[in-house]
Amino acid sequence: MSTRTLEAPPLAQTNAAIDEPRWVRHLLMAVALSFLAIFLLLPLGQVLFSAFAKGAGAWWAAVTAPDSRAAICMSLLVTSLAVAANTLFGLCAAWAIAYFHFPGKRWLVTLIDLPFSVSPVIAGLIFILIFGARGWAGPWLSEHGIRIVFAWPGMVLATTFVTFPFVARTLIPLLQQKGSQHEEAALTLGASGWRMFWQVSLPKMRWALLYGVLLCNARAMGEFGAVSVVSGHIRGRTNTMPLQVELFYNDYQFEAAFALASLLAALALLTMGLKAFLEWRLRDELAATRGH
Amino acid sequence: MNAATHSRDSSINRVLPGFGLSMAFTLSYLSLLVLIPLAGVFAKAAGLGLSGLWHELSEPRVLAALRLSFGGALLAAAVNLVFGPIVAWVFVRYRFFGKRLWHAMVDLPFALPTAVAGIALSALYGPQGWLGQPLNALGIKVAYTPLGVFVAMVFIGLPFLVRTLEPALEHAERTLEEAAATLGANRWQTITRVILPAVTPALLSGAAMAFARAVGEYGSIIFIAGNLPGLSEIAPLLIMIRLEEYDYAGATAIAAVMLVASCAILAALNALQFRARRTGAP
Amino acid sequence: MDIRIEGLSRRFGSVAALERIDLHIARGELVALLGPSGSGKTTLLRAIAGLEPADEGRILFGALDATRLPVRERQVGFVFQHYALFEHMTVLDNVTFGLRVKPRRWRPGRAEIERRARELLVRVQLEGLERRYPNQLSGGQRQRVALARALAIEPRVLLLDEPFGALDAKVRKELRGWLRGLQRTTGYTTVFVTHDHEEALELADRVVILNRGRIEQLGPVAEVYECPANPFVFEFLGSANVLPAVARGRELWLPGAEHPLTGDQIFPGGEVAVYVRPGDVRLAGADPAAIPARVIDLQRTGPRVTAQAELSDGTRLFMELPHLHHDVSQLSVGAAVRLRLLQFRAYSRADAQRPGAGRPDSRQPGAAPSGQGRIAAR
Repeated sequence: MSTRTLEAPPLAQTNAAIDEPRWVRHLLMAVALSFLAIFLLLPLGQVLFSAFAKGAGAWWAAVTAPDSRAAICMSLLVTSLAVAANTLFGLCAAWAIAYFHFPGKRWLVTLIDLPFSVSPVIAGLIFILIFGARGWAGPWLSEHGIRIVFAWPGMVLATTFVTFPFVARTLIPLLQQKGSQHEEAALTLGASGWRMFWQVSLPKMRWALLYGVLLCNARAMGEFGAVSVVSGHIRGRTNTMPLQVELFYNDYQFEAAFALASLLAALALLTMGLKAFLEWRLRDELAATRGH
Repeated sequence: MNAATHSRDSSINRVLPGFGLSMAFTLSYLSLLVLIPLAGVFAKAAGLGLSGLWHELSEPRVLAALRLSFGGALLAAAVNLVFGPIVAWVFVRYRFFGKRLWHAMVDLPFALPTAVAGIALSALYGPQGWLGQPLNALGIKVAYTPLGVFVAMVFIGLPFLVRTLEPALEHAERTLEEAAATLGANRWQTITRVILPAVTPALLSGAAMAFARAVGEYGSIIFIAGNLPGLSEIAPLLIMIRLEEYDYAGATAIAAVMLVASCAILAALNALQFRARRTGAP
Repeated sequence: MDIRIEGLSRRFGSVAALERIDLHIARGELVALLGPSGSGKTTLLRAIAGLEPADEGRILFGALDATRLPVRERQVGFVFQHYALFEHMTVLDNVTFGLRVKPRRWRPGRAEIERRARELLVRVQLEGLERRYPNQLSGGQRQRVALARALAIEPRVLLLDEPFGALDAKVRKELRGWLRGLQRTTGYTTVFVTHDHEEALELADRVVILNRGRIEQLGPVAEVYECPANPFVFEFLGSANVLPAVARGRELWLPGAEHPLTGDQIFPGGEVAVYVRPGDVRLAGADPAAIPARVIDLQRTGPRVTAQAELSDGTRLFMELPHLHHDVSQLSVGAAVRLRLLQFRAYSRADAQRPGAGRPDSRQPGAAPSGQGRIAAR
């Protein structure tokens, strides 16, 4: 860690020959930081301030209310399933795309990114069209008593769709950059396919994997639009934390809304901290690869 | 070069195991979860026929919502196109106290759940809010107006520009600037003729991503927007309302328009990256 | 235009990159700044260009004091090590950049700019490539674009930072001769940086050898090569054997020798180090005046024989012997031989042990970097 502070990034070095005058630098810094303060810092401050406006006791009461507790459990259930599914997918996709050559690879990568550019509301809509009461599979499902939409399976589906690319996206470039020599070496040393995967590939991508899972998890916990469409808003049954926040807010229970929101904000801050740490790890790792 | 990478890849192809399994899983998962459901929207939209689609879309309320979502997103992307580069430049080039913390902060709109951002912005710019009160005194109403929609769109679009621009700026070698200086260019000429063209692909793709995100954004907007039909009602909310009315056709028509737009943006981004790679620009 | 540098110093934190450098470069001269990495040669070049501010001292172009002149007003032609071509501009746009950014008052007309650029492209043998982008060019072509771009502003002086560093060996050889010719015909005062002594010796009128921010020696190429001023310069300009000896006036006694070496240097007495290049050692048959030694290693490669011999006190020396000689073809490991030194330099022990007189080769770029290579890939 100490080496990092010692080696100054070359770009941050000042060079009188090509730097802006001091007043320009200060002006730009002032503009940039005020912009960030107004658009990022103030909203965050608002959440924390409003959450504790009536004291810690009120905050605790709001967070532990039955509806809140049910929402937290629902969020954890939906998120864990969605993240697990997307992690498995991310590993498979990265393996195939980074290590093998096949026609249409560029298209596949583009398609994997597709859910990022689809509105979350549309992500919910597509599952309503299929599984909803008037959807294609709706009549069959209701005949057999299976509920997907307006129940947790639909919420898992919608969340999975929205967080679909995260793990694959972080793993693909890492594996492409590192190359497959390590795996090839393991094979020449006589390792079986599974052994190679568990003992060589997985350790090699552990930081990137963690990074992808972290982002996927954060988005899954916070997803609102897509889940909102398919949840049906059944109190204490199909509400996740963000949906419960909306419910409180629309009921004019602002303190409760912000209390629950502050939990989500804390999770976001934790995620950002971990993300910064992992980016630092990954950068070192990739820099070491590039050094050769 | 091309031939070399090709031969390297195909040699990998023969040696490593697991291609069939991983590829099969990837394709079926992608198809079942993403492609087929999305295709469903188009199938449904096609079922309406052109006149049916037109009937749904030509309704003034729908047109107003689409105009607000696309127009607001365009405006927000433009604002971020101005401030994003300044923020990125300050982070890449300058040293100042607390830089790490500020830098981590940029990701807030990515990390903060949209509903949380939504109620925070709504409270902040509301008539009693920290910013809403002084702005109201100046006669500027933000919350519950199209302006509020725009503010939320700027909020969620900002990280896209900063994060795509930073690597490009880091990549742009300082010797290029030194070269320009030895050739007699002043700072402004160096920035506009040397640095800016070098980072233009990154700038455009960042703006396109911010735009795409803002068009489809729901959670952080609906609380501050006020959602007055025809005035501050965004397209994703209208889809939601149509669904609650069990008007699947109406919802699908709007969704189809938005999907076509995001596909077009995605294709444009791809073309942009492809071109950038070919001409060697970062 | 001539360049005069007076007492120039530059510090990076506590490290002195340049320490009171005095140097005069005459009009039209081609001068090489030679030294290991970290010697300050690039800093000196960048200081002349104005890319590095001077902490002390002055830089004059002719009568003009350029010390505080900003880079863009210095009008220097600078060719960067990796050329720093603007990748998004065509060759023609790169070359005309310096003219196009001039203030309107001084800017030539569009037609004139293009005419001058085309003229330059002919001169650097790139005619017909105007519309290409830099990444469509070979390394040698890119270097010539960088050169044409630097010449387009009609610079006061031409500065090149490791101009051949990024090229492969064959292109490098070709371009050296070509650059020499171009410099002769244009007559620009030219300074270039290199860590390759052969390149400096082949191209330059004069070389400046730098080490730890100071000038170790400067002078015409032949003089520096023949009479290195100190052990550092000797070792930097090629491989060297270092033999211990005892000096008495003009006489130098090597271990085991019955007769002394005599040179043109006079030492007050005491221990000295005799520096001799492997190529300057010859077999001396049975000459009793020569140095007795024993062959301990022998390799015949092409036209040369490289051998290692051991003196009576165990000092080892490398020699490169011409193959043709009868004695050489008879040589075998273990044989007792007598050696003659064609040319050598002696330095007092104190000089030879001065810091910085170590092996310069180990600090050259291209040698193993001290980076942390945690992941072995590629």
